Amino acid sequence: MAILVIAEHNNAALAAATLNTVTAAQQIGGDIHLLVAGHGAGAVAEAAAQVAGVAKVLLADNAAYAHQLPENVAPLVAELGKGYSHILAAATSNGKNILPRVAAQLDVDQISEIIAVESADTFKRPIYAGNAIATVQSSAAVKVITVRSTGFDAAAAEGGNAAIEALSLVTDSGRSAFVSEALAKSDRPELTAAKIVVSGGRGMQNGDNFKHLYALADKLGAGVGASRAAVDAGFVPNDMQVGQTGKIVAPQLYIAVGISGAIQHLAGMKDSKVIVAINKDEEAPIFQVADYGLVADLFEAVPELERAI
Amino acid sequence: MKVMAAVKRVVDYNVKVRVKADGSGVDLSNVKMAMNPFCEIAVEEAVRLKEQGVASEVVVVTVGSSSAQEQLRTALALGADRAILVEAADDLGSLAIAKLLKAVVDKEQPQLVILGKQAIDSDNNQTGQMLAALSGYGQGTFASNVEIRDDSVTVTREVDGGAQTVSLKLPAIVTTDLRLNEPRYASLPNIMKAKKKPLETVTPHALGVSLVSTNKTVKVEAPAARSAGIKVKSVAELVEKLKNEAKVI
Repeated sequence: MAILVIAEHNNAALAAATLNTVTAAQQIGGDIHLLVAGHGAGAVAEAAAQVAGVAKVLLADNAAYAHQLPENVAPLVAELGKGYSHILAAATSNGKNILPRVAAQLDVDQISEIIAVESADTFKRPIYAGNAIATVQSSAAVKVITVRSTGFDAAAAEGGNAAIEALSLVTDSGRSAFVSEALAKSDRPELTAAKIVVSGGRGMQNGDNFKHLYALADKLGAGVGASRAAVDAGFVPNDMQVGQTGKIVAPQLYIAVGISGAIQHLAGMKDSKVIVAINKDEEAPIFQVADYGLVADLFEAVPELERAI
Repeated sequence: MKVMAAVKRVVDYNVKVRVKADGSGVDLSNVKMAMNPFCEIAVEEAVRLKEQGVASEVVVVTVGSSSAQEQLRTALALGADRAILVEAADDLGSLAIAKLLKAVVDKEQPQLVILGKQAIDSDNNQTGQMLAALSGYGQGTFASNVEIRDDSVTVTREVDGGAQTVSLKLPAIVTTDLRLNEPRYASLPNIMKAKKKPLETVTPHALGVSLVSTNKTVKVEAPAARSAGIKVKSVAELVEKLKNEAKVI
């Protein structure tokens, strides 16, 4: 029994979410093979070979895989995957995009965003925006699964010594083409990997006021997130959104500023270790999940907090 | 060209669901149901394509029990031309639904199929991708912008680091992100008109689709509850607690 893990990367570096996925694979048990599909991704394969617990790295390096278009990558994974008991990918936008296509090609149901491994065929996953936890059993010959990275610790990025095997198999459907990308630039830690996250909501009133949160975040070495209300109002770009339809985070400390705490937002952060809420409405639902609540005007409290730390 | 939008009947997004005591599922009796929010956006996008003169006909389709007719009528009131109900159980898996939709796509031959990126009940985020795989079409998932040019569609997608734009040959599958558009409200005259629009019902058997699933839900339970916290009186007290009690800064 061997497990195929799809590496998440940008052709230059291995993404942290892959390490959490490797841990999930270790809990299932079996040899772990890491697939790096990309273009000019040799460095990623080198990094993947160092990951503790990885037995083999498969490198599919071709222009057809440069942007990991699912029309090209999914047939490759489905073809390779037939020889494995499980195919795992991180529940990132890439993993969510590619893996259901693989599952359909293998004619099996997929299990999305698992948060725990019960046994080799049974997994736990949240449904209804995290308001219920389903235990799902798969009878598929090849189990196709995406992994919520906040549910598993990261495997050690060093200590492994896997062999790298180059694949010659190229699948190019010709049905899709990459046009462009616009990535948001930030010096702050990536939201899903940050130990501390400071998030702002509609209470911030405008995008300019987020500078108070940035100042606090820089002092704490924190990532900055936002509620859907703040994103929809155009205060900040949408890749900062934390929630059911945005990113799922589980940092050590989550500071929610001017966020009411709608179900959809709680789904993205309620597994944080310590939650702090700063809101002037003492009836706000966020206080029901907050370990420490401060009823105060955020425009006074946030700068004061920044000075006090 | 013909555009198809797929919709799903789900628990209204404002409802706080309760897990049944026997662990068999979530209690859906007497709970308000509605069209899945991502599906509303799919219908809105299809109707806008028609208003721009790009689409000639908008067909809406759903898979579910007969009560899902309500959501089809809603879609018709929003501007769809006709509706198809594939009458089946309400709790089918994504693969079975994708196979049923594939059979409908084969019959209707739309140039573009728009689905929501995920249903807010199962939170699977699978059906559009599976439909694309089964039909061999390209997929533009998590779309925040859709533009049709001649025989291709350009889709801007929400990805983890920002946005990505891809071009797909038609026919193609698109799944909607929340930012694609702002769905309209159905007016009363349009709701009345929708009652006269055609609604066809088909069965999985007639479509020749097997509904076998490789997934089985063993148990559904409530998530671990967070213990209630405390309210602090000042920023100084907050910092003191975070440093000495929670030890997180």
